[in-house]
Amino acid sequence: MEHSGDRCYHCGDRCKEGTVPYKDKVFCCTGCKTVYGILSEHGLDGYYDLENNPGVKPAGNSSKYDFLDQAEIAGRLLEFTDETIEVVSLYIPGIHCSSCIWVLENLKKLHKGIRDSQVNFPKKTVRVTYDNTATSLREVVLLLASLGYEPYISLEDYESGPETEDRSLLYKLGIAGFVFGNVMLLSFPEYFEVREFWLEQYKPFFRWLMLLLSLPAVFYVARDYFVSSYRSIRAGMLNIDVPIALGIAVMFVRSVTDIVSGYGQGFFDSLTGLIFFMTIGKYLQQKTYTFLSFERDYKSYFPVAVTRLHEDREEIVQVNALKKGDRFLVRNEELIPVDGILKRGNAHIDYSFVTGEAHPVSKTAGDKLYAGGKQLSGLIEIEALNTVSQSYLTRLWADSSFGEKKEERYHNLTNRVSRYFTPVILVVALLSLGYWLWQGKTDTAFNAFTAVLIIACPCALALAAPFALGNLVRIFGKNKCYLKNAAVIERLAAIDTIIFDKTGTITGGNTAAIAYEGEQLDAGEQDMLRSTLRNSSHPLSRQLYAILKSNGILVPDTFEEHTGQGMEATYTDRHIRVGSAGFVGEDDTSNTGKTSVHISSDNRYKGRFTFRNVYRPGVPELFEVLGKKYRLVILSGDNDSEKDTLERLLPPGVQMLFNRKPEDKLHYVKQCRRRGARVMMVGDGLNDAGALQQSDAGVVVAEDTNVFSPACDAILDASRFRDIARFLKISKNGMQVLKVSFLLSFLYNIIGLSFAVSGKLSPVVAAILMPLSSVSIVSFVTVMTNIISRKLKQAAPL
Amino acid sequence: MSVIYILITVSIVVAAVFLIAFITAVRRGQYQDSYTPSVRMLFEDELVTDKDAAETENKQSS
Repeated sequence: MEHSGDRCYHCGDRCKEGTVPYKDKVFCCTGCKTVYGILSEHGLDGYYDLENNPGVKPAGNSSKYDFLDQAEIAGRLLEFTDETIEVVSLYIPGIHCSSCIWVLENLKKLHKGIRDSQVNFPKKTVRVTYDNTATSLREVVLLLASLGYEPYISLEDYESGPETEDRSLLYKLGIAGFVFGNVMLLSFPEYFEVREFWLEQYKPFFRWLMLLLSLPAVFYVARDYFVSSYRSIRAGMLNIDVPIALGIAVMFVRSVTDIVSGYGQGFFDSLTGLIFFMTIGKYLQQKTYTFLSFERDYKSYFPVAVTRLHEDREEIVQVNALKKGDRFLVRNEELIPVDGILKRGNAHIDYSFVTGEAHPVSKTAGDKLYAGGKQLSGLIEIEALNTVSQSYLTRLWADSSFGEKKEERYHNLTNRVSRYFTPVILVVALLSLGYWLWQGKTDTAFNAFTAVLIIACPCALALAAPFALGNLVRIFGKNKCYLKNAAVIERLAAIDTIIFDKTGTITGGNTAAIAYEGEQLDAGEQDMLRSTLRNSSHPLSRQLYAILKSNGILVPDTFEEHTGQGMEATYTDRHIRVGSAGFVGEDDTSNTGKTSVHISSDNRYKGRFTFRNVYRPGVPELFEVLGKKYRLVILSGDNDSEKDTLERLLPPGVQMLFNRKPEDKLHYVKQCRRRGARVMMVGDGLNDAGALQQSDAGVVVAEDTNVFSPACDAILDASRFRDIARFLKISKNGMQVLKVSFLLSFLYNIIGLSFAVSGKLSPVVAAILMPLSSVSIVSFVTVMTNIISRKLKQAAPL
Repeated sequence: MSVIYILITVSIVVAAVFLIAFITAVRRGQYQDSYTPSVRMLFEDELVTDKDAAETENKQSS
């Protein structure tokens, strides 16, 4: 039968290991078939009409979620609960298309207990409302898992509970816009100073109405500026909010006195306009990527609960409750939460996340296992040696650098400028006050003094950075380099040292090149090898199995696996051994440090398959370009077996350090910074977390941005790795644009000040000058940042 | 000329109504997710046909 190239009807994967036919459709596995069965049974076939092969392959293992039955754990995850209704928001990494939304929002058709479900696609969450008398959190999660939408529940969710969002900035934006529009309309008649009868008559009405309208803008919307400037004065640092708060306060006081005394219409139009523009700037700066998080620590990766063995019974406990000496179980594909000693089972641990070692290692009973490793085959039993927070990996987070916020280490350009700007403005204001008092004109003195502070209110200055850097953040985002906030660009621009991790950063994720060296295997041996590998769950066997081609599958007569060494099998009259050098009888010395699988057949050594790292395309070119401007370092947790390859590949002058533990990396970065270097750390896993945190700019390279990245300043999609040099160049140019825009803004200020010191600043001049300066500077920086990042768009892959 | 009082009041009330509408929209979380609703609104038709299909299936089986 021909079935569109034998692609699974559900998930669209190629059916490699045979097909599972069902109702004139083919599926790659029974899991996919089951999902189709559940959906079609409930009349949800529409799932397959919206998109072709939309499904996600379900992962088995249903006992994994038993911990959700514990009221204490479930209670921490729920958003809302009462006698009958419970609401929970679940993060589902598998959400990827409109069919996903459709099926997840129709959950109530699959289970009567579910009242309602709503998907947030950008965040990849589903909010499920269910009847807790008819179903439970565990059942909901299992239902989702059975459909292939397995929720991701981590220790982080447990400890922080459901998140709440701050919407105050949106309210402020709405109110500021409302006030600005109305005040502008009301102040318009007086701009032209026409002495018409009816205008004169209604002046007080218009003016008092403006005063009334401006109250929420000044006392609610602009409150942040007063709070922030108060804090910065107390900290002995004049940030940009100080002159702004001063400007707003003076403008308000002056306008009120103007109206009360009947002197004029005041500056309410400029005041509310300023507040509105500044709020827009803030909103743009705050806009973040909802689907990414830059704050994750190990808790996002760790499980909520484990199965503990207690007096021969299995019980589920929260991981923080694990004590030294407890025995617990870790299943296939699960993370080991604490350091421990392997007691039972075959462990194949993938430590790439913790140490940067590229290949999984085998462990036998009695070996020590470290927290953060991922078990790759079957069930193992471990005795805990530490608590979660005391483990080898997690101790990293006890370092003091995790306590401080990076933003507090730096004063951004705007604030550095503002430190000089504010005193200058105050001096000019006082001088003009003194001058007019000396001239004996008290009225003009007061006018000039307040006018200086009003016109000098650095609206344009404060808007330049949010718009310039905010625009760059968006452009970077479109090119798959996601920045935590706009301040990161400033730090990227100042970098002089770049430190790269090796595994997963300059080498490509899980792909390994496998090369065979030795005697050619004949057809029979190839069949035997492949059939033997097929019986093994060792990660290396699986990788090797996937690339080997063979004609037939043989059934071995005997098969034996020696944990940590290899395996042997017999086929009628032939014998094969696959495994470590010692196991197959080869005294191997030429090859230390490399990951190899050795083969012997009929007790004769044949050769070995060597697993090599594959470097990302463009690595040599990137290092060539960067080497001219930056000091480059490779800081790897892996052994130095790749040193020669790297030396050949990379330009001279790149420093290489191997066998660095996570805390060594942290200290190395710390040292560099102490010596005055501005460090950018490029890494990928939890083992780099310390170094990322300690660096001036921590960049995580991610194959898939849906997978969590450790806390960092930027997440770079691996496909854009070779553009790092471009991103850095644009950051530098961006800062230059910002500096030019500051000069422009000063120019406007000087023009405005010349009106102000003479005491002739009329509201209409202020109302023209302020928006003019703001709008022109905002458009200048937007256009310029687009021009400097043009190269990036051309370089974008098609 | 006191009609100006009425006009100004009306204009501010209208603006205030929009402001309140905006605030309620924010409060209901409409600005939290600006993508999913655009997909969700396309589903209504499919839902109906599915119900029909399910009903016909039920009828056939009974």
